[in-house]
Amino acid sequence: MIEIGLGHYLSLGAIIFFLGVIGIFLNRKNIIVILMSIELILLAVNINLISFSIFSGDIVGQIFTMLILTVAAAEAAIGLAIIVIYYRNKGSIRVEDIHGMKG
Amino acid sequence: MLVHSIFFYFFSVIAIFSSLMVITSRNTVNSVFFLILDFISVGCLFIMVGAEFLGMIILIVYVGAVAVLFLFVVMMLNVAEQKQSWFIGKKSTHIPTGLIVSVLILLELLVVVGGWKYKDNVMSSSTLELSNISNTHQLGLVMYTDYILYFQLAGIILLLSMIGAILLTFRQRKGVKKQSYFNQISRNPSSSIELKEAEINKGVKIDD
Repeated sequence: MIEIGLGHYLSLGAIIFFLGVIGIFLNRKNIIVILMSIELILLAVNINLISFSIFSGDIVGQIFTMLILTVAAAEAAIGLAIIVIYYRNKGSIRVEDIHGMKG
Repeated sequence: MLVHSIFFYFFSVIAIFSSLMVITSRNTVNSVFFLILDFISVGCLFIMVGAEFLGMIILIVYVGAVAVLFLFVVMMLNVAEQKQSWFIGKKSTHIPTGLIVSVLILLELLVVVGGWKYKDNVMSSSTLELSNISNTHQLGLVMYTDYILYFQLAGIILLLSMIGAILLTFRQRKGVKKQSYFNQISRNPSSSIELKEAEINKGVKIDD
């Protein structure tokens, strides 16, 4: 309990990942919250990579964390741009209103 | 190591609470604020565990750029307040399936993490060795030599996303007067100056 090991960090990553997944599944507000859940999931992945990197003494995990950070920023930019043009065309970004592809 | 564990539990409780609030709060602006709090606490965890550079990068990139971008979009689209935040009151088959899948994922992850038998050379936090060179120096030594291609690939991804975002949101409005540089530059005196004889007592009619 006192000694913080690798398992503690991995558990934290697992819990944040779980919250992100549940936010994607059970959300009816708008797509922006789904994008934020995706950011949470990527953050959990970063926690895992960094804790493995630190606890095994290998720096490469942190480099891959930087690559994930880049991809997350790009994904947020593109996703928000798509949301903006969708809102401009349809006037709503509620999840239940988006059924243009009958998915 | 008491201080380490105290700070770990403090920041991780804040992180879990704020990520819970991100997915449950009704106001989207509050969600963005809790997302910022989440990023800050996880960044503090990274700094605490020894990855200082990435902790600072998370503070700068996530809090300074991505979360503010979310905030801009939420405020621009006027979608902050919604009536219902969850699938309540409407017949939906999403809830049980989603809950089952999410809880299964959490259980699997916890079982794997909790029952893991680590190798002997995985260090515990009390034996983390402090090397002479800093974390940033270490990252730079590896990133600009062995992983230079990945680094450049990341740059290309950022460039592509910038071009894509600009192209997606670009819109040509009608009725807006703009300069036409080509027409301005390609004028010459013969096409723009006209000489007229002014007749006495009649003058010249200027506008056609």
